[in-house]
Amino acid sequence: MELKEKLVSSFMAFEDTVDVHSTIHDIRTEAIKSFEAEGFPTKKLEDWKYTSLNSVLKHDYSVFPKNENALEFKDIKKYFIHEIDSYKIIFVDGKYSSHLSQTTHDGLDVCLMSAALTKPKYKVIIDNYFNKIASKDGLTSLNTAFSQEGAYINIPKNKVVEKPIQIIHFSTGNEAALMLQPRNLIVVNENAHVQIIERHQSLTDHPVLTNSVTEIFTNKRAIVDYYKIQNDQQSASLIDNTYVNQKQESLAKVHTFSFGGKLTRNNLNFYQNGERIDSTMKGITIIGNKQHVDHNTLVHHIEPNCESHQDYKGIFDGNATGVFNGKVVVEKLAQKTNAFQANNNILISDKATINTKPQLEIFADDVKCSHGCTIGQLDESAMFYLRSRGIPEKEARALLMFAFSNNVLDSVKIPEIKNRITKIIAKKLGVNIGFNL
Amino acid sequence: MLKINNLHANVEDKSILKGINLEVKPGEVHAIMGPNGSGKSTLASVIAGKEEYEVTEGNILLDDEDIEELSAEERAHKGVFLSFQYPVEIPGVSVTNFMRTAINETRKAKGLEDMPAKDMLKMIRDKSELLEIDRKFLSRSLNEGFSGGEKKRNEIFQMAMLEPKLAILDETDSGLDIDALRIVANGVNKLKSKDNAVIVITHYQRLLDHIVPDFVHVLYNGKIVKSGGKELAHELEAKGYDWIKEEVNA
Repeated sequence: MELKEKLVSSFMAFEDTVDVHSTIHDIRTEAIKSFEAEGFPTKKLEDWKYTSLNSVLKHDYSVFPKNENALEFKDIKKYFIHEIDSYKIIFVDGKYSSHLSQTTHDGLDVCLMSAALTKPKYKVIIDNYFNKIASKDGLTSLNTAFSQEGAYINIPKNKVVEKPIQIIHFSTGNEAALMLQPRNLIVVNENAHVQIIERHQSLTDHPVLTNSVTEIFTNKRAIVDYYKIQNDQQSASLIDNTYVNQKQESLAKVHTFSFGGKLTRNNLNFYQNGERIDSTMKGITIIGNKQHVDHNTLVHHIEPNCESHQDYKGIFDGNATGVFNGKVVVEKLAQKTNAFQANNNILISDKATINTKPQLEIFADDVKCSHGCTIGQLDESAMFYLRSRGIPEKEARALLMFAFSNNVLDSVKIPEIKNRITKIIAKKLGVNIGFNL
Repeated sequence: MLKINNLHANVEDKSILKGINLEVKPGEVHAIMGPNGSGKSTLASVIAGKEEYEVTEGNILLDDEDIEELSAEERAHKGVFLSFQYPVEIPGVSVTNFMRTAINETRKAKGLEDMPAKDMLKMIRDKSELLEIDRKFLSRSLNEGFSGGEKKRNEIFQMAMLEPKLAILDETDSGLDIDALRIVANGVNKLKSKDNAVIVITHYQRLLDHIVPDFVHVLYNGKIVKSGGKELAHELEAKGYDWIKEEVNA
């Protein structure tokens, strides 16, 4: 059976296992209809021209893992940013793992979506925020239809959360092939500040497909720093659909580090509903073999005096393919918008490919918008210069690649994350040096 | 120390060096002069191991070892240093961290541990004083936005840090004002010892007033056509290169 049919036909059974009387029953029902109509995206869609899901949809995925699988912290410690104290919301094969997690209701809510969707005290928040900015496309609808588990984070007014929150989804490989659909809701109220780290990690080489949806609401003057560490097995694929709705003077920053996975698609959408908003998205992609990473970004400038900054660096080796499709829409009302976009790429091998496409739709007349994309090779004269100083070829190459991506690393505010990313990059480049540029 | 025998080299099938013979002994300073396009920079790059150049005949011996098969980094580990005519700008890598990487990679190649951070800092401080380099300069990205003089001073700073056996200074005087020239030359002179050697490549005699050569060679059309003492540089300064060309072509 095709995956689509399998999912549609299992919807009734899914609804039976959860609460049919839930407040979101109608939303789920609408969503499955919409998925049924839209299906999975194909290359015929303009936004999916360079990314085909065929190779990841062909597996016979378990869509509802049956067993709760226990993991020992010591075996998976390395996937945590364990050097710092943090809240943790941990899932194993899609099921919440209480013994790996550290949640709280003490002055803020760091807990589970399943709880938020069923407990009456969260009803107002769910009514106000759930599925309010997620789009109605096939993949997001599919996630909405099956939305049940994930992270629920609600930071009250003026709360500065000292510890970062780590959301990690592990898959154990107990299923031959597994599909996961985490659903996260993050509400950051006025003048609150939170840092979040998200990671998806498969522990075997069994195929895993994750179709994740995250809705983030940053209210007036709120600050959100979000780090996505994508360094999964090359049998795992991720479709990340993230929607950020910003109110006035809020600041939202999303860093996406893409090194692993078979196919990774990041749909990252920012909606600026207020003045003097700052939206920043930065990314480093370093892939090889037959890996594929697609960054599809949208910034919707709706009101005046806002800024957006995009800076994506990509390094592609082997037969890897990269896509960057950055759309910036500036509405007529959004005067004095400053929108910057840069996408710089290095192709290491002759067989690597990058498709980069900036898309600017500007309806206001008093704005500053810039975009630039470059595709190049490593500078041979720089290589000779470094090597003539005694730096071996591999290290020289790595040093230049670090330097190339350095300004993205520079804006990482948590030193432990920066160190971790530096180490992952060094490992990826096969060098044993931690450059402290 | 360095012995070059009948060296021929091509770049993209174009013959540039056509039979160079040169011997440099420890403690010596050699100047290589010559008109534009005579092959001076090519000779420097070939000795340093730039891969675009293909040696078609002859060889280069460093301490009696043929270095043709060695990579640029392996030659650097054996003590060859090239001060670039046009140092490359590398945004995102600070001077300090670049030097730390270069020194520690060189030590690694020799089977030594990384240099302790304290020693490294002291060395950086001492050598930057020698070249009258502001400390702030060391945290800037390598060569990025440096003036011509700063780039050249930074090259000699790197030389001071790496303590090479054989230093080749490729047009280090170009783009330097008189003060910078004095600082650079002073640095080179202080680094000179009876165990190392310097090859100065230049158009003009000006630098040679400060770094006094034991031998002067004239390179023309891919060959050393004339050698002499330091007085040859004065003669070239006074008379230009035409008389050499005439002599060769006659």
